[in-house]
Amino acid sequence: MMKNLIKSNTVIMLIFAAVVLTAPIWTAPIGANYPDLLQKFAIFGIFAVGYNILFGLTGYLSFGHAAFLGIGSYTAVWSFKLLTMNVVPAIILAVIVAGIFALLIGFLSLRRSGIYFSILTLAFAQMAYSLAYSVLTPITNGETGLQLEQQDPRVIDSMFGVVVKDGLPSTNLFGTLMSGYSGFYVAAAILIVAFYISLKIFRSPFGMKLLAIKSNQTRMKYTGFNTRPYLLTAFVISGMYAGLAGGLLASIDPLAGAERMQWTASGEVVLMTIMGGVGTLIGPLLGAVIIKYLENIFSALNKSELTEIFNYMPEWLQTIVVNVTNPFVGEGWHLTLGALFMLIVIFLPGGVMEGVDKIKGLFGFGKKKSTIEGEAK
Amino acid sequence: MSEAMTNTASKTMLEIKGVNKTFGGLHALSDVNLQIVEGETHAIIGPNGAGKSTLLNCCIGKLIPDNGSVTFNGRNMIGMAPHDINHAGMVRVFQTPEIFPELSLLDNVMIPAFAKRDGTFKFNPFKSMANEKVIREEAMSTLAEFALDKFYDQHAGSISRGDKRRLELAMGLIQHPTLLLLDEPTAGMARHDTNQTIELLNSGKMGEMTKVIIEHDMHVVFSLADRISVLARGHIIATGTPEEIKNDPKVKEAYLGEEAVDE
Repeated sequence: MMKNLIKSNTVIMLIFAAVVLTAPIWTAPIGANYPDLLQKFAIFGIFAVGYNILFGLTGYLSFGHAAFLGIGSYTAVWSFKLLTMNVVPAIILAVIVAGIFALLIGFLSLRRSGIYFSILTLAFAQMAYSLAYSVLTPITNGETGLQLEQQDPRVIDSMFGVVVKDGLPSTNLFGTLMSGYSGFYVAAAILIVAFYISLKIFRSPFGMKLLAIKSNQTRMKYTGFNTRPYLLTAFVISGMYAGLAGGLLASIDPLAGAERMQWTASGEVVLMTIMGGVGTLIGPLLGAVIIKYLENIFSALNKSELTEIFNYMPEWLQTIVVNVTNPFVGEGWHLTLGALFMLIVIFLPGGVMEGVDKIKGLFGFGKKKSTIEGEAK
Repeated sequence: MSEAMTNTASKTMLEIKGVNKTFGGLHALSDVNLQIVEGETHAIIGPNGAGKSTLLNCCIGKLIPDNGSVTFNGRNMIGMAPHDINHAGMVRVFQTPEIFPELSLLDNVMIPAFAKRDGTFKFNPFKSMANEKVIREEAMSTLAEFALDKFYDQHAGSISRGDKRRLELAMGLIQHPTLLLLDEPTAGMARHDTNQTIELLNSGKMGEMTKVIIEHDMHVVFSLADRISVLARGHIIATGTPEEIKNDPKVKEAYLGEEAVDE
């Protein structure tokens, strides 16, 4: 434990900030150094880091967190339409509104635990998704998705005399446009803050109590803790993280659609967290980066590109290989994800972080896991 | 043993009055009356299925009796949530060790100390565990009392069963309970561990504490108890000092008869 205290928050945060902010440089060799993808890394990183506060600390598996992501996006777009194109109010509102919904859904879902909790969250998220498609069309614009229009009121912007003459206005942070690298740096800065908050929670008595609830909830009750408000707080915090991620998505591309709330999107954050390492500080972020990176690579491939890649093979072998690998790329890249996920869960149930620990162990240092970081399983 | 029984003015701490509990057609408890006096160690004995654990569960909020009352220091306990009963000062140590297996021994003992300080709920995400020096030191010294301080940083799930039970006693003790309820604290222990546990329960802060002990092992009961109540088929058939209980014909018939031969 003392050894871990040396790994102080300041040291961790300095390293973390340095790694995140230099991402455009070190992602160049793997061909990931373009803003769109880097923004996704940061945003889904925030989503997964927040999700881990619920799933990693309390063990409660929510299958509905994409609902909060979607709610955050809708809120942000409405903020752009009604208030201002500045992203600050949009993101703050996204966090608040997602937090309110998380409070309601969490309050009801947390009446049950285990699989029943998971099913309840799934049900709520699917309800949100269906509502967004049907009766809530005036708010969500249904299938088309919520978009900006030139004649939107933008009350605050017009107060300051901002007039949009041609085309759609762009989202900005006090004048800096949110596209390209500036969008990434805004998302990265928010990720650093979000990670710091998560780190503080993990290392606080509050986080320790959440871990204890995961370990033995009955014991916590007889030890004098009312576990429900603890769980609800964790649920709301992770919902707010999801809302933050949704708000950021809309800030970079001011568009919100119902598909963001679909259960596959909820499942994706579960995959990210498990793949990276549930309950570890950095694991979920790694999981988010891995999944978004693979999605980017594999979904871009198609048959003709595969044929080119396997060009060095004899023609008969090339035909076989291309036909076998074809279902795994493009639209079918989820097959690759599924296969990778199976491999990780079977061989490294603790995710990538377990692999890192094993490698560390091979070199004979830092083998023992610390509970203060919440790495217990 | 404490002097409580010699002092007739001692005040009643826990009063169980006319408690009934049925499960379907089974009368687990019928009209149970029991008074636990401040300072005493009160053993509840009885054959398997006599209703001992049910009685304990009715006290700590795990079960709600069909009727009757459970009053602790003048407060009605029936219908109170387990966590509120804990804060009222009644703490239970379980029969099968209820610990936090994934957490370190130190964390296991710090958590009940947090409950004492923070109450049933406190949101303090920006406090650091590393700065909780007061509670850490208290937890370390409590672990030391139970000879568990050497492996404070091990996962609690990895220690021996006897150590787990001692750990649970430490978790109970750090909360400075007014009344400690122990459910078979030596069940499944080897003789050596049993004697060590008796020693722990009879000495220091633990010795002075008011305790209710459910126990099978007569050696443990007669080593610890100031008074004994005998529960058989849901009825309290006798309450008295160990001497009185030993010589009670009803008890001999219901319970001690067979056990006395073993002893």
